[in-house]
Amino acid sequence: MALPQAKLDATEARLAALTPLAGGAWLTAAQDQAVARLRAMGLPGRRDEYWRYTRPDRLISVEPTPASVFKAKDETPIFDAFDAIKLVFVDGVFSPDLSDQPAVDGLEIERLSDAGAKDIHWAKDLYGVLEARGQNPVERPLAALNTAYAQDGFLIRATGKVSKPVRMIYLHESTTSDAILHHVIKVEEGADLTVIENGPAAARFNKVMEVDVADTGAFHHIRAQGRDHERQAATHIFARLGRESLFKSFTLTANGVLTRNEVVIELTGDDASAHVAGCALGDGDFLHDDTVFITHDAVNCESRQVFKKVLRNGATGVFQGKILVKQGAQKTDGYQISQSLLLDDDAQFLAKPELEIYADDVACSHGSTSGALDETALFYLRSRGVPVKQATDMLTLAFLAEAIEEIADEAIADEIHDRLAAWLQRRRG
Amino acid sequence: MAQLDESQIREGVDRETVETVQSMAGKYKYGWETEIEMEYAPKGVNDDIVRLISGKNEEPEWMTDWRLQALARWQQMKEPKWAMVNYPEIDFQDQYYYARPKSMETKPKSLDEVDPKLLATYEKLGIPLKEQMILAGVEGAEDMPAEGRKVAVDAVFDSVSVGTTFQAELKKAGVIFCSISEAIREHPELVKKYLGSVVPQSDNFYATLNSAVFSDGSFVYVPPGVRCPMELSTYFRINAENTGQFERTLIIADKGSYVSYLEGCTAPQRDTAQLHAAVVEIIVEEDAEVKYSTVQNWYPGDENGKGGIYNFVTKRADCRGDRSKVMWTQVETGSAVTWKYPSCILRGDDSQGEFYSIAITNNWQQADTGTKMVHLGKNTRSRIVSKGISAGHAQNTYRGLVSMHPKAKNSRNYTQCDSLLIGDQCGAHTVPYIEVKNNSSRVEHEATTSKVDDDQLFYCRSRGMDEEEAVALVVNGFCKEVLQALPMEFAMEAQQLVAISLEGSVG
Repeated sequence: MALPQAKLDATEARLAALTPLAGGAWLTAAQDQAVARLRAMGLPGRRDEYWRYTRPDRLISVEPTPASVFKAKDETPIFDAFDAIKLVFVDGVFSPDLSDQPAVDGLEIERLSDAGAKDIHWAKDLYGVLEARGQNPVERPLAALNTAYAQDGFLIRATGKVSKPVRMIYLHESTTSDAILHHVIKVEEGADLTVIENGPAAARFNKVMEVDVADTGAFHHIRAQGRDHERQAATHIFARLGRESLFKSFTLTANGVLTRNEVVIELTGDDASAHVAGCALGDGDFLHDDTVFITHDAVNCESRQVFKKVLRNGATGVFQGKILVKQGAQKTDGYQISQSLLLDDDAQFLAKPELEIYADDVACSHGSTSGALDETALFYLRSRGVPVKQATDMLTLAFLAEAIEEIADEAIADEIHDRLAAWLQRRRG
Repeated sequence: MAQLDESQIREGVDRETVETVQSMAGKYKYGWETEIEMEYAPKGVNDDIVRLISGKNEEPEWMTDWRLQALARWQQMKEPKWAMVNYPEIDFQDQYYYARPKSMETKPKSLDEVDPKLLATYEKLGIPLKEQMILAGVEGAEDMPAEGRKVAVDAVFDSVSVGTTFQAELKKAGVIFCSISEAIREHPELVKKYLGSVVPQSDNFYATLNSAVFSDGSFVYVPPGVRCPMELSTYFRINAENTGQFERTLIIADKGSYVSYLEGCTAPQRDTAQLHAAVVEIIVEEDAEVKYSTVQNWYPGDENGKGGIYNFVTKRADCRGDRSKVMWTQVETGSAVTWKYPSCILRGDDSQGEFYSIAITNNWQQADTGTKMVHLGKNTRSRIVSKGISAGHAQNTYRGLVSMHPKAKNSRNYTQCDSLLIGDQCGAHTVPYIEVKNNSSRVEHEATTSKVDDDQLFYCRSRGMDEEEAVALVVNGFCKEVLQALPMEFAMEAQQLVAISLEGSVG
């Protein structure tokens, strides 16, 4: 079907302002294919069903809406206490000076611009490939745009149990920066890798991460999206999981005027497991959208989606989750929960938790709730002498606990918990 | 019908359920055809056809204009594609939009004048057109008090209403129950005021088409403070080939009134698919209550998916007054394709909407059905209970919307939708939309059977049942509760459905 003229115009205007990263044959081919994909679908518009609850205008405009840089006073940056291989980006550009020299057993890290210049590279089979697979049945044009025009990023390959996490730090310095990053991660058979990401990255941030986890491999992902109020972000994770592999991802989002996090996972090997979780806290001008699509295409796999949102002062939370169980994907265990705590009357929660099931021997369930704090629980705490503000925080943290429990590493879970508690304390009414 | 061998019955699904589903959706009992001389309007839809239908119904000019406006809008619209149903392109110009038995050319003054062939048709379907007291086939009906046994029936055959029973008795109570064509002639002020006020003329593709070409249907008006003395019922029969049925139902429950309305439908077995696009509008004023129950049993097509009815229906209730209440109960077993979302607009404060649905699909049937609960008033409550059962190669989708507007303070919604798959070639899907725009309202959506009330479970277990037995009892009890929402007249169908357990369900 022909695209509406307005959509074509918006797409062409955006493309005209971008230049692809120069590279060798494999990268150029991937970029060209992505441009063709993008032209065929057009950038998202506000009438698109998949963008029903989140207006994409600011994510597709030619120039980004400026966003001021937020500097936390006297605060230790999150995750600084953990030993990790640091890779620092400033406004979407890698800064070797600020970064560590990665030299760890079982780990190969290459910058996209270096690897892209080579004639042949292992990433050829993944770069833009998992993204392209994730375009069906739902189109994700911003991801295709990313594959075509990513300016930087890393190709990371884990061949064994990696002793330290890889930590990517995204600093935001310019109020008008528009960053496009693309990472490819390959976890080989039996390998184990943790990737931590934090920071707002830019005024506008478009990021794609393609993750291929081979049989019996494990991948852990922890992310804290920076606290800059005015930043806008559209991120995608495309993951493909082999037999008996594990994928776990947790995202903490506090503040941010517009965030759309899409996670697309395909379970292709038997007995694989995928967990995606997130906590989002919003106060005021805040829209946070978690869009998750999990496809079960193998036997005896498990997937969990746990998303919690705390919203106040007109903040909006969006959840679009889907479990697709293909024919033959028997013994699937799929779970999905999306909950919102609305701390005042202006907050909104918009959800579309979907199931599409073509196999009969499966256990799939989903739940979605929305409402205020439980008055009875609040009353109980107050009757025990807890002041109302503290009681509210306690109950809010209890509400968020199920998502935090999805983090395997206890130290990281504690850090996330502390940050959530601090945020709530700062914003007590 | 695909035979079900032992291996297809999976652990946790009891045999009785499987057999009941097979028997309900397997053999179609109403597939015969009445041989009767018909008169048709030419095929296709255009201004002339609309004028012709309007003329046949002897409608005033405002009605004809209203229809023509709808047609003009419809010609600009595109068929919706978002539902999870697949069917070959429908050629809307290759259908008859009006068909009536020749014998209905001069409208019979009473049921005695109606063509005996037509009366025999309804008798064979088990629908009493004589003002008889007892409904055929309802167990225990003879023991009921005389008052409770009466059902007034409006029988619609293809494009025309054949007759309406008990009109005189209803008139005594002040209730108007007649065909919509009669209402347009006799009560234009009511029709003018309410028609299109819940489902606007150009609401959606199928409703707009219906607005242009609807031929007949039922009209109910219950005056303030009146409790309708009997159940009202409309029975729709499609008989003619290549003919679409487009009925329009308008129910108005004035302040403090109550009415229970039943709808049934069947069609002959044919190789080609037939179109049915109905609109039902319900207006519920202050303190009034309407119960609307449907057993939808259109011809579902054969075991290879050939033929069947395409059922594209728009049903909506507007709870305008404070403390008004509407309850939709539907049992969907027929149709090749179902596209149907009976909805409630909860405008009045403290108004209530309920939706109970059991949708059974077998062979190649496809159903995309659910509800919309739009909470606008304060303290409004809604409850959605949907059970989808899919067998053979069928696809069964629940699609629903719960919307809490900023002003709908202290409102409440509870949604539960369970699906059961029988066999590994079918599909069950859930597409709920949840939109909450204030924090004093609570919305809960769940789709698991494991979440059985703990107290009830504990009680059963304390009486010596093991956990599985206890869950089965509570779940079955719950299912029965839904079925009991169906009026007595549907007891036959309901009795069969009670055998369905939802153990082994998936969300």
